[in-house]
Amino acid sequence: MTRLITSGFSHFILFIGILIMIVPVWMIFASSTHSGLTINTQGLQMFLGDSFYENYLRVLLYKGGFFKEITALKMFLNSFIMATGVAILSVITSLMAAYALVYFRTKYATLLFWMIFVTILVPLELRIFPTYSVMAELNLVNSYFGLIVPISASAIATLFFRQFYKTVPDELLESAKLDGANTWRFFIDFLLPLSKTMIVAMLIFMFVFGYNQYLWPLLVTSSEQYWTVVMGLKMMSGSIVHRFAFVMMSMVPPILIIIVLQKHFIKGVFQDK
Amino acid sequence: MSFLDLKNVTKIYPNGTKAVHETSLSINEGEFMVFVGPSGCGKSTLLRMVAGLEDITEGDINLDGQLINEVDPSERDVAMVFQNYALYPHMNVYNNLAYGLKNRGIDKETIEQKVNDAAKLLQISDFLQRKPSMLSGGQRQRVAMGRAIVRNPKIFLFDEPLSNLDAKLRIQMRLEIKKLQQKVGVTSIFVTHDQVEAMTLADRLAVINDGIIEQLGTPIEIYNNPKSLFVAGFIGSPQMNFLDANLNNKTLSAENFEIKNIESDYNGEVTLGIRPEHLIETENGLINLKVELVEQLGSDNLVYGQIKNIKDFCYRSPGNQTIKKGDNLSLNIEENKYYIFDKSTGKRVN
Repeated sequence: MTRLITSGFSHFILFIGILIMIVPVWMIFASSTHSGLTINTQGLQMFLGDSFYENYLRVLLYKGGFFKEITALKMFLNSFIMATGVAILSVITSLMAAYALVYFRTKYATLLFWMIFVTILVPLELRIFPTYSVMAELNLVNSYFGLIVPISASAIATLFFRQFYKTVPDELLESAKLDGANTWRFFIDFLLPLSKTMIVAMLIFMFVFGYNQYLWPLLVTSSEQYWTVVMGLKMMSGSIVHRFAFVMMSMVPPILIIIVLQKHFIKGVFQDK
Repeated sequence: MSFLDLKNVTKIYPNGTKAVHETSLSINEGEFMVFVGPSGCGKSTLLRMVAGLEDITEGDINLDGQLINEVDPSERDVAMVFQNYALYPHMNVYNNLAYGLKNRGIDKETIEQKVNDAAKLLQISDFLQRKPSMLSGGQRQRVAMGRAIVRNPKIFLFDEPLSNLDAKLRIQMRLEIKKLQQKVGVTSIFVTHDQVEAMTLADRLAVINDGIIEQLGTPIEIYNNPKSLFVAGFIGSPQMNFLDANLNNKTLSAENFEIKNIESDYNGEVTLGIRPEHLIETENGLINLKVELVEQLGSDNLVYGQIKNIKDFCYRSPGNQTIKKGDNLSLNIEENKYYIFDKSTGKRVN
């Protein structure tokens, strides 16, 4: 009986938590399906209206910005390219950095690792001007390359991969060596498949990180053609319902990525262990 | 020149620890050599130097007439079975076996045939599609051996491969390894700290202590004729009994008995070693044992007791005898079945 009460109570708390998180999102969604007039006169809505297609289509295709040359669709494409680029590039660099740190007989591997690690304490905002001037010198302003590369070295991902590699038994490497695997083959045939789960987790993490970037894209792009979704959130003008619709859509890509990769993530966890 | 030749091989780790001292050893083709010794004695290091997983500080290793000191492990054509098997967790059994062959650029059909042959030999054909995590300990052990066999290497190296198995399986796998080695006929080195494994598997045995080979020989030679206190104590189960004694003018005087006409010119403090199985019960024997504990094994009994001030003296009696705690036994040593060692150096003196 007491167990029933405690479990009922904890479920109640959880339910409250869910409500606190869901209700604002739902209200934005519900409101985004009404006409601007309804929102302006009756305030935020709890129930669905009938302007869903109208509002969302307009937002996607409306040419915005100062020069009226960027659509929300293009912003989504830009954000997707940037986030995917950051995710893939940072996972590749971290995998390789961690491999070198753990498996090469580098004398100062630990020192090197900690030097990489302390960069976590130096946020992008602190080094943003030197980074910008490097990008400007290299003529990479207003390019996807310029958007992606400067934020594609992740100390955290390196840390995760390094800690994982350290748990891989030495015998595996030795056995692979005796089986004729060279350094490169060991990385490809062993470490990559073994860290599949962690790679997926890091891809999600870095995708969301790249997707959420605001200050760096704002700085490194002057052409509206390279606007990202998060920049668009700030720059969007127009009716409140259109902004709501844009906010709703801006949440879709990260959620989609998590849902799609989560499947592999869970699969990996349960099959490989 | 023999098949595998170790000449004055020394291993000093970067931190200064000397793991192997100027060890020389020759192993013949097809021979089953066992390195046995307590943990940390350098036996694994020696094996890993043959595999190429440890650098050789000094000395030469020749395999099949070729100096392999600087040869990369992947080029040495040796196969190793590790203590924890080191199976590739993300590959199924088939790929575990095939991986080494693939790396050597062998064509697919040959690989398939070799893997299937090895699987058949080891009775793992039914698990070829399974991942190692779905196999039992004994099956994993077989896969690890399959991975070694399939490559048809010059030499098999076993690094304590049975120590992760339970007692029953260990005995079974021990037999299988021996049978398999005889069948395949590949030169093998087997490292273990278990002297029973060492005795049963070896064609020849190297007893290693502190990075030095204390004695090299067939198991029975070593059992019958240990050359040092260490070897005498290490080989044989239960352990040999050791008593402090004095040797003067060919007469040995221990705690409360004497042995005369000993074939040794050594004079001074010695350690007398007597194996528990070399004692017999008689009337008016040399040794009076006060029984404190009896372990009944069925086929025989291990009787532990006290001789004056010496505790835990062991006597192995036939299983049909009933001996109880508190009994007084009178024991004699079988003729010439005792070993006398110099107390300070541990060297055999009789």
